[in-house]
Amino acid sequence: MSDTAPLSTGAIRRQMLAEFWFYFRQNRGAVAGLFVFILLVLTAIFAPVLAPHDPTVQYRDAFLLPPVWQEGGRADFLLGTDAVGRDMLSRLIFGAQYSLFIGIVVVAIALVGGVIIGLVAGFFRGWVDAVIMRVMDVILAFPSLLLALVLVAVLGPGLTNAMIAIAIVYQPHFARLTRAAVMGEMRREYVTAARVAGAGNLRLMFRTILPNCLGPLIVQATLSFSSAVLDSAALGFLGMGAQPPAPEWGTMLAEAREFILRAWWVVTFPGLAILVSVLAINMMGDGLRDALDPKLKRS
Amino acid sequence: MVRFLLSKLLYLVPTFLGITIVAFGFVRILPGDPVLLMAGERGVSPERHAELSAQLGFDKPVVMQYFDFLGRLLHGDFGNSLVTKKPVLTEFLALFPATVELGLCAILIATLIGVPVGVLAAIKRGSWFDQVSMTSALVGFSMPIFWWGLLLIILFSGVLGWTPVSGRISLMYYFPESTGFMLIDSLMSGQEGAFRSAVSHLILPSIVLATVPLAVIARQTRSAMLEVMGEDYVRTARAKGMPRRRVIGVHALRNAMIPVVTTIGLQIGVLMAGAILTETIFSWPGIGKWMIDSISRRDYPVVQSGLLLIAGLVMVVNLLVDLTYGLINPRIRAS
Amino acid sequence: MKYLSHALLAVSALALTTAVAEAKTFVYCSEASPEGFDPSPYTAGTTFDASAHPVYNRLTEFKKGTTEVEPGLAESWDVSEDGTVYTFKLRQGVKFHSNDRFTPTRDFNADDVVFSFQRQGDASHPWHQYIPGITYEYYTSMDMPNLVKSVEKVDDYTVKITLTHPEAPFLANIAMPFMSIVSKEYADALDAAGAKEDLNNAPIGTGPFRFVAYQKDAVIRYQKNADYWGTAPLIDDLIFAITPDASVRLQKLKAGECHLMPYPSPADLESIKADSTLKLDQQPGLNVGYLAYNTTVAPFDNPKVRKALNMAVNKQAIIDAVFQGAAEPAKNPIPPTMWSYNDAVQDDAYDPEAAKAMLEAEGVTNLSMNIWAMPVQRPYMPNARRTAELMQEDLSKVGVNAQIVSYEWGEYLQKSMEPGRDGAVILGWTGDNGDPDNFLSVLLSCDAAKEGGANRAFWCNEEFSDLLQQAKVTSDQAERTKLYEQAQVIFKDQAPWLTIAHSTQYVPMRADVTGFVMSPLGDFTFETVDLAE
Repeated sequence: MSDTAPLSTGAIRRQMLAEFWFYFRQNRGAVAGLFVFILLVLTAIFAPVLAPHDPTVQYRDAFLLPPVWQEGGRADFLLGTDAVGRDMLSRLIFGAQYSLFIGIVVVAIALVGGVIIGLVAGFFRGWVDAVIMRVMDVILAFPSLLLALVLVAVLGPGLTNAMIAIAIVYQPHFARLTRAAVMGEMRREYVTAARVAGAGNLRLMFRTILPNCLGPLIVQATLSFSSAVLDSAALGFLGMGAQPPAPEWGTMLAEAREFILRAWWVVTFPGLAILVSVLAINMMGDGLRDALDPKLKRS
Repeated sequence: MVRFLLSKLLYLVPTFLGITIVAFGFVRILPGDPVLLMAGERGVSPERHAELSAQLGFDKPVVMQYFDFLGRLLHGDFGNSLVTKKPVLTEFLALFPATVELGLCAILIATLIGVPVGVLAAIKRGSWFDQVSMTSALVGFSMPIFWWGLLLIILFSGVLGWTPVSGRISLMYYFPESTGFMLIDSLMSGQEGAFRSAVSHLILPSIVLATVPLAVIARQTRSAMLEVMGEDYVRTARAKGMPRRRVIGVHALRNAMIPVVTTIGLQIGVLMAGAILTETIFSWPGIGKWMIDSISRRDYPVVQSGLLLIAGLVMVVNLLVDLTYGLINPRIRAS
Repeated sequence: MKYLSHALLAVSALALTTAVAEAKTFVYCSEASPEGFDPSPYTAGTTFDASAHPVYNRLTEFKKGTTEVEPGLAESWDVSEDGTVYTFKLRQGVKFHSNDRFTPTRDFNADDVVFSFQRQGDASHPWHQYIPGITYEYYTSMDMPNLVKSVEKVDDYTVKITLTHPEAPFLANIAMPFMSIVSKEYADALDAAGAKEDLNNAPIGTGPFRFVAYQKDAVIRYQKNADYWGTAPLIDDLIFAITPDASVRLQKLKAGECHLMPYPSPADLESIKADSTLKLDQQPGLNVGYLAYNTTVAPFDNPKVRKALNMAVNKQAIIDAVFQGAAEPAKNPIPPTMWSYNDAVQDDAYDPEAAKAMLEAEGVTNLSMNIWAMPVQRPYMPNARRTAELMQEDLSKVGVNAQIVSYEWGEYLQKSMEPGRDGAVILGWTGDNGDPDNFLSVLLSCDAAKEGGANRAFWCNEEFSDLLQQAKVTSDQAERTKLYEQAQVIFKDQAPWLTIAHSTQYVPMRADVTGFVMSPLGDFTFETVDLAE
């Protein structure tokens, strides 16, 4: 080991990335997922440019117009309009903003909260650990959607509260993962070495141990991202998520439900948008897991 | 084994207490006054309001209310619904069979299709079958089932007219409920066509509810099989000239089933969450829809005890899964 | 042997099918589960449709299809000179239903009437709390505890009810579902068996249909009451298939799984009209949807500002987009089907230019306000959120910046009644008994502006309230009509509300359904329906 020239940390990182990309690339689905995801991000960022109409403007001469290829459709509303004459395509495009935003916020809250809780539990053990883990057990004992529903009912329906509720429901997964990883790492020599060298608790937790349990956390984060998009849409569908006129896809579905027999497009497109985004993220997640999970790597 | 069981049970006590606090706490701080909700657009005078609140016990300090709640729980009293005025437990038990029937059918579909597909995909790794089935599984896993349910209704009930739109059995059939499970009751009634009618009502909701678990089980089975097939003893058995079919059937499958059984057991939470959406879409008279309705009606006792009963149920099933796991895999029992 | 059993099977199957063909079964896809089967403790229309109307009768009844009061279990009645003593002559030979645990030994009589009143009005009555925590909301909210002084049995078929003060709407009040007459004999039998709560689970009444079974949240079954004192029903079996979702209900109707449904989604009306296997009955509903300003907060305390805002909103656009045309614009707080509706009142016409000028004249510029959109659907307001969005756009054209707020329903009801509330509230009302007092007093009187009332404009106009009070103690309907007409003029002049619409009620049914009569009160009753061959 001492024979080879010591690599700079930057070089190590670059090498790790290259290795990661090598494995990730082998999963064609993951690459496709990544591609769709990037498209989605671009759509969200450039929504104001891409969308042909304002997503909340109501064209009073155009209630429930079908898509352009159907009889009665109009060229200025490519995917038709909804019950109050808003352009479906524009609403779908702006909906991408909501879904990505929800995913990011939920994962961020759940990840940060869960990691801190898990670190604390795994690091200190003892009664702290016992209490924290029992609380996590309690949260996990409830079906996630049901708990989120009750939480939203407590906090009041709305997008922010829906995101908070979903994050709370997700965070035990992160806490458990982190705790398990921390407990595994604590026994390793490098931790003991760092401790002997006089590293403080905080430094030990965040600088030494945390980076070494990132892999499973990243995989869990992608999983949570897609679940967050699904669950927030479900809450929206049940009337507890984003509130109209927000062009959130789940909320759009809820509003469209009464037209299920009459206007297939208002039902079909928002659901399809949800499916495609969630699928893309999940495909990406599969690739990430293959690339980050050493056990699967060898097979 | 007994010690294993006891230690598991002991673990459950604080968790269960936590659940009661959550169920009570959340519900008690829900905004919106149930007394006002009962009055609706009409409003209620302050005197009448105080009177009703007192009658419902809302005027006591919250901590006292919690202990009252706990005390009544110990006596098996889950409170009365504010809307129907009937005991929550009675209502739960009246609706529970419908959810169980739906859930069991869903898990049956998911297992009976998911496990063989997963095994086959693992054996034929890389084949078109593997690719197609795993892609479908991923699609299923990503499916917003509330939308999926609507699409199926449009297609099978609306366009094709193959399945009824909602309900549990055609109204033409009437027989007393004995088990609460429509499939069994309809068979026992001896009425011609009743069973077929029950099946045709159950099929779409079960498929919708089975979608996500099916995907999870198929994926889990495949990866468990792949893992086991890579193990030394399987390779040895192959090397010793054991027929492939036997190796897979006897060694690989049995060992791969351990994580799969756990996965199936863990789907109960997923099923409960799915039941909320599925039952809402298909107007299925079960627990999930009952909870949604009660949340929006501010029916405190129902939400409280419903949360409690559901969480308790999930806990018990998880315990059973743990125990089964211990039975299949003696190593866990020892530790 | 084998052949024989086959043959037997075939014969019995045949018998079964012919039996099914002969019995006329009518399926109604109802929209919600009944809360219970005792009408008195509950308030939901769906509960009354499932209990009060099919199973029970009342002393007085609303004449089918109207809000006029006609004799029910009481054949006739006398009112004392001062309007406080009502003497009812009861109908003889009326039979209660029976079920597998109870068979009545006597006909309906005065004991049942006294029992039905006292169990609700007397807190010490042994049946007052037969289910723990039970309350009699309608009895209380119709002010019966203060109104009814005594209910006495004079003889088996005469009952005397004494009121504390004259009250013109009393006869309409006791025709309401909560005053359904239950069997005292059945109650005693249940008490003896220790199964009091079965009064609510297995109802026994005198109505056109006998209750058979209820499968929670799914199906209710009734059978025709062959001994019915009135005209016996034409159908043999009545089934309620509980189907909360409007689009699902329609699908079931189209598939022939039910014969009639309530509350179609406005969006589906076109497709219903186009379907030759269906037909559609319609009538103006007894309701009003409104936007109530907070008349105690500046600048909304100025009637001119309120009028200007009323003029800025395009009601027709709301009716087109939200009600899909299934409503008529409202100008008065009571619907046009109600007696005393003042058609001479002029509505504030839609005129954004004039509205803007009027606001400026009052010195109101850069006005910013909240519009409260209720989170639930009601017949009077199918989609408050959409309505609020349309108003928001209209108001922005006159320079008013409106934000839409919403709360969960219970909270909405609570917060909207808090004094000093910020913003105007979308809400509405559906009549209980067809009396104008039931709209005007409940929603707009000074009394109702206090805590616990329902006057969400907090509008207290002495002159208006006095007119209502006068009308309440007058028994002559022509005179009352004049008073109410005057009150409506004051209302329009002061504009505490933006009156939005009176929604039209639609009832889609299979083309072969005959004899269904729509009720202005929104009830669904089936004793007159039949299925054409």
